[in-house]
Amino acid sequence: MSPTPKAIVITGNGTNCEREAAQACRLGGFHADIVHISRILSGEVTLDSYQFLNLTGGFLDGDDLGSAMVHANRLKYAVVAGDGERVLEQISRFISAGKPILGVCNGFQLMVKMGLLPGLDGGFDRTATLTFNDSGRFEDRWVTLLVDEDSPCIFTKDIQHVPLPVRHGEGKFTVRDDQILDQLKARRLLTVRYMDAATGKATMTYPDNPNGSVEGVAGVCSPSGLLFGLMPHPEAYLHRVNHPRWTREDLPEEGAGVAFFRNAYEYVIQAL
Amino acid sequence: MAVRIEVGYRDGVRDPRGERVVREALELAGINLQSVRTVSVYTVDIALTEQELEKVASGPFTDPIIQEYAVGRPVGGVFDLLIEVGYRPGVTDNAGRSAGEAVSQLLGRSLEPHEGVFTSIQYQIHGDLSEDDAHRLASEVLANGLIHRWQVIPAEKYDLSTGLEPEVPRVSLIGGGRVQEVELAGGDEHLMKISREGLLALSLKEMKIIQAHFMDPDVQKNRKGMGLGPKPTDVEIEVLAQTWSEHCKHKIFNAIIRYEDEEGNVETVDSLFATYIVGATERIRKERGEEDICLSVFKDNAGVIRFNSDYSLVFKVETHNSPSALDPYGGALTGIVGVNRDPFGTGLGANLLFNTDVFCFASPFYSEPLPPRILHPRRIYEGVVEGVEHGGNKSGIPTVNGAVVFDSRFLGKPLVYCGTAAMMPAVVAGKPSHEKKVCVGDRVVMVGGRIGKDGIHGATFSSEELHEGSPVSAVQIGDPITQKRMFDFLLIARDEGLYTSITDNGAGGLSSSVGEIARDTNGAVLHLDLAPLKYPGLDPWEILISEAQERMTVSVPPRNLARFIELSEKMGVESTDLGEFDDSGYFKATFEGRVVSCLSMEFLHEGLPQMVLDARWEPPQLEEPVIRVARDPAATLLELLGRLNICSKESIVRRYDHEVQGGSVVKPFTGVCNDGPSDAAVVRPILDSFEGVVVSNGIVPRYSDIDTYAMAANAVDEALRNYVAVGGNPAWAAALDNFCWCDPVQSEKTPDGTYKLAQLVRANRGLYDAVTTFGIPLISGKDSMKNDYIMGDIKISIPPTLLASVIGRMEDVRQAVTMDLKKTGNYLYILGETADELGGSEYYAHLGYIGRQVPVVNFLKAKERYDRYHQALRQGLVRSCHDCSDGGLAVALAEMAFAGDVGLTVNLDAIPAAGNFREDVTLFSETASRLLVEVTPSASQKFEELMGDTTWARIGQSTDVHRMVIREGERELISLSLDEMKRAWQEPLSGL
Repeated sequence: MSPTPKAIVITGNGTNCEREAAQACRLGGFHADIVHISRILSGEVTLDSYQFLNLTGGFLDGDDLGSAMVHANRLKYAVVAGDGERVLEQISRFISAGKPILGVCNGFQLMVKMGLLPGLDGGFDRTATLTFNDSGRFEDRWVTLLVDEDSPCIFTKDIQHVPLPVRHGEGKFTVRDDQILDQLKARRLLTVRYMDAATGKATMTYPDNPNGSVEGVAGVCSPSGLLFGLMPHPEAYLHRVNHPRWTREDLPEEGAGVAFFRNAYEYVIQAL
Repeated sequence: MAVRIEVGYRDGVRDPRGERVVREALELAGINLQSVRTVSVYTVDIALTEQELEKVASGPFTDPIIQEYAVGRPVGGVFDLLIEVGYRPGVTDNAGRSAGEAVSQLLGRSLEPHEGVFTSIQYQIHGDLSEDDAHRLASEVLANGLIHRWQVIPAEKYDLSTGLEPEVPRVSLIGGGRVQEVELAGGDEHLMKISREGLLALSLKEMKIIQAHFMDPDVQKNRKGMGLGPKPTDVEIEVLAQTWSEHCKHKIFNAIIRYEDEEGNVETVDSLFATYIVGATERIRKERGEEDICLSVFKDNAGVIRFNSDYSLVFKVETHNSPSALDPYGGALTGIVGVNRDPFGTGLGANLLFNTDVFCFASPFYSEPLPPRILHPRRIYEGVVEGVEHGGNKSGIPTVNGAVVFDSRFLGKPLVYCGTAAMMPAVVAGKPSHEKKVCVGDRVVMVGGRIGKDGIHGATFSSEELHEGSPVSAVQIGDPITQKRMFDFLLIARDEGLYTSITDNGAGGLSSSVGEIARDTNGAVLHLDLAPLKYPGLDPWEILISEAQERMTVSVPPRNLARFIELSEKMGVESTDLGEFDDSGYFKATFEGRVVSCLSMEFLHEGLPQMVLDARWEPPQLEEPVIRVARDPAATLLELLGRLNICSKESIVRRYDHEVQGGSVVKPFTGVCNDGPSDAAVVRPILDSFEGVVVSNGIVPRYSDIDTYAMAANAVDEALRNYVAVGGNPAWAAALDNFCWCDPVQSEKTPDGTYKLAQLVRANRGLYDAVTTFGIPLISGKDSMKNDYIMGDIKISIPPTLLASVIGRMEDVRQAVTMDLKKTGNYLYILGETADELGGSEYYAHLGYIGRQVPVVNFLKAKERYDRYHQALRQGLVRSCHDCSDGGLAVALAEMAFAGDVGLTVNLDAIPAAGNFREDVTLFSETASRLLVEVTPSASQKFEELMGDTTWARIGQSTDVHRMVIREGERELISLSLDEMKRAWQEPLSGL
């Protein structure tokens, strides 16, 4: 592989966080390209030439039928011009090759609605969803995430807890039934949870838990640890001046969100 | 045959949309409901097989984890009553558009024009309510009759096995393509009848000019050659009405005004705009010479200043008041996505960077009977807040700064100011990006959404007061996703250099956008039958003036046309070649090969003579109140903190994404608990640079009751001091002016027009004096002159309001300062003198007074102070800084203390005062240009040296006791806990 691994950030139809997501990839070590979905559908660009896929935040198709529902449907049926391959096949091949995928906010919703996450069966079975916050409202506020250090997630290596902003109206994680939840817990796939700063424990209390997610879940990973999605935005905390209290607290120069992307980079360098 | 697909939540799954209805039913309509379950209904008017319907329903329409669906029959269970709300024909249905796309993806083919999906929401209600109550619930909470239709069905009349019949709200127009001639021959009454009945908003004088133009033998001869009759067509009359509307032409700001002051001195102002707005900027640019930051002012859709050698900064603020009065959600949504198109359509196009918004409402707790056709202020508040939320968030543009102002007179019309800033590379495809010019032969290409009957007469409608006949077609719903796709495409086309000019289709539609940029070549021809329509049946005049949203007009050289269209198709955006820019001297339109409109460019743009208006200033007879009994200052402070104009707006602000794009540096809220009110926003637009953009606003309509000169001067000072407080460079700042006035033209319905016009003149003078002394050029702005409500014998006029927005640069965002006190043991300084200026203050308003002594801004002293403070900030001497504004010194001190969770002791005797006056004057006077600054003891000497002989004083110290204590000598005037003050400040709007 090339000396600098390549990350792709897909945009179009309402994706909004492509610029800072690409910047995060660069700070993590990648070469990053922002690619409009139309260039994948036209066959100009294929996922095969990348090692890290970013499905980032936004309002795909306005979230009009529920977050990311229309785009999940689009990716399911869309065919690449020319060779007739489905986009979904490209994604499957990307996963089979052991390459990491990160979904943030709307990208997480997309991965869940496509069945990529939690991905217990390794296929596209829908076992969970993200739905309206208990408050019934979109909210922008900073939360603290508690990381399960025993999660197989490759993105959260050596991170214990991290402050990040949430900016969503549909972030409440819900599962199909209790068995699913038990499996997710047992396999340590509930990678990040909303934390009560005072107790250092996962919380169900608003606003530390901004949406009422079951078990305080903020993000989940696939059993391989290579597919990871979360509602809070790591790409929104790339420098200390992004932190809401940077004018009064001593903070490291680098924002804590960069670590997620550096972990992906280090994984790619070692494993691919 | 259309089929209904119903999607509801599974048992046991929470339905936040239903819970919200229960809450709002009680709060807005006083109706008590037990519970509400909602069902999303998709009426699919596409020929699908049963399998396909099943696949659509179970796929993109339903989330299998929490929802269930049914095709052709109802979901849900038992209820007492059902209300179903859908859109009226022709109203933008964004979810319907998305659902149609989902079906098309699944079928692998695009939909036919007659196919579509239409959405509605069904509310299954548990509770004891009559059918009358249900209709009231629908009209006051769930729906707006201007855009929605609804049905109410009690459980006993509902068949659970079949449900409701599918109903398709398709626009079915018969005919279309009609052109009518307008008979102008006749008397004054005849002319005014044409104007009134056609919703043209043209005055008698204007109608007579049009009449005379068409009688001109040369014009007649020329028309004959084109195949046009001697009488104008309806297309021509409509184009003239749009182009000449107050909204587009700013007739009042360009009028010749004879101004008489209180002593009878008369002065003639030849255009307020030329004299005070353009005049100020020209003077500043000349004075600044080499250091001029302006690149493009007053000639494009937005103003452009330099940011650095590689990038330019674009800013525009608009209002969308009249539509928001009729449909707050749609009006505000259209307002924000509409103003986005202004910076986007400036120069060769710009990347949108952030939004700002300022709302003026009546109290949401208003409890008097409502005048006819006025929506409850609470509903306006909810709708506007949500409309701007959806418009901003879904477009991926952070909302970084704003304000909410309350005054009972905004009941007549709310003010909805929406602003958007953008960045563009200084050079695009080898050319300066802030310049554009159409060339002869370029194609007229319309990009984006399609044309419908929506938004017809928006420009003329907003040029009038809100009245009985205000057109419902002026109400629209914006579609941020269609616009976002268009922007994604156009930025690539821009960078490939595919077009020569770009502008947005806003007020007046194609007639204004094409008519305007055709001035570059002096002519254009448009083939209206080529325009893509949402539905058939439109007449040519409707196509030409429709304000249907999400459309830009670009001029594409013929050699680039094929590439432009190809790229557009690839990115899923519709672009249509509608005609050609030429140098014929005429703005011409054809329909199916026939000329339907031909107006000379000269008559269209120069045919309207300046208005001549009278203004007479008489200072209002006001008294300074005599306050005999001293109130308890602590109790007064708590009451002031809870006033609507002072209290926390966090419940609104958190609903706006203020961080998307990754550049957020100073956020709307700051401090230990992220809940203190920031003075201004700082954004880092280029993620690998530390250069920052700073933006702030100032608005004080209360002062207009005393003198609009002071109102304008204070608005500019407030914006600039907020800008400076966080770290904005005062030498690299520009301002925008947005005037919202009540009709200032003397007439039968406006008997005090000369006074209101004098108020406008004085506000312009205040603005001019402020910006020229401060040295901040005005780069763009807007006026909205008819903010009145007239219905029967009720007239409500808004207080004259100027929003001043300041934008500029800071060299290094790491030097930004926030308003929260940082640490105990630091010194607190006040910069500036405090005067007995309670006139128009929140304190007086709280006591029921207006007063007389409105704050007077000393621009020169303020400028000196801001410059020195900026030096101190650059040297890292400032720990926190907050400006004194609504509620004065005491409120600002309290906010600094509770935001930082640090106690504070202040000695009132130390405060520099212009005289010897009562303690409440010192505490609550709103004297302009004052800043409160926290400095560490070790930096204090340097700070004091820097402030030198300007007026300043050390007035107190931060402490480790969680209280704010204000003393006068030995006497403790105020001693309040931080929690107590914060609670009072947070409580009023927290539940909204």
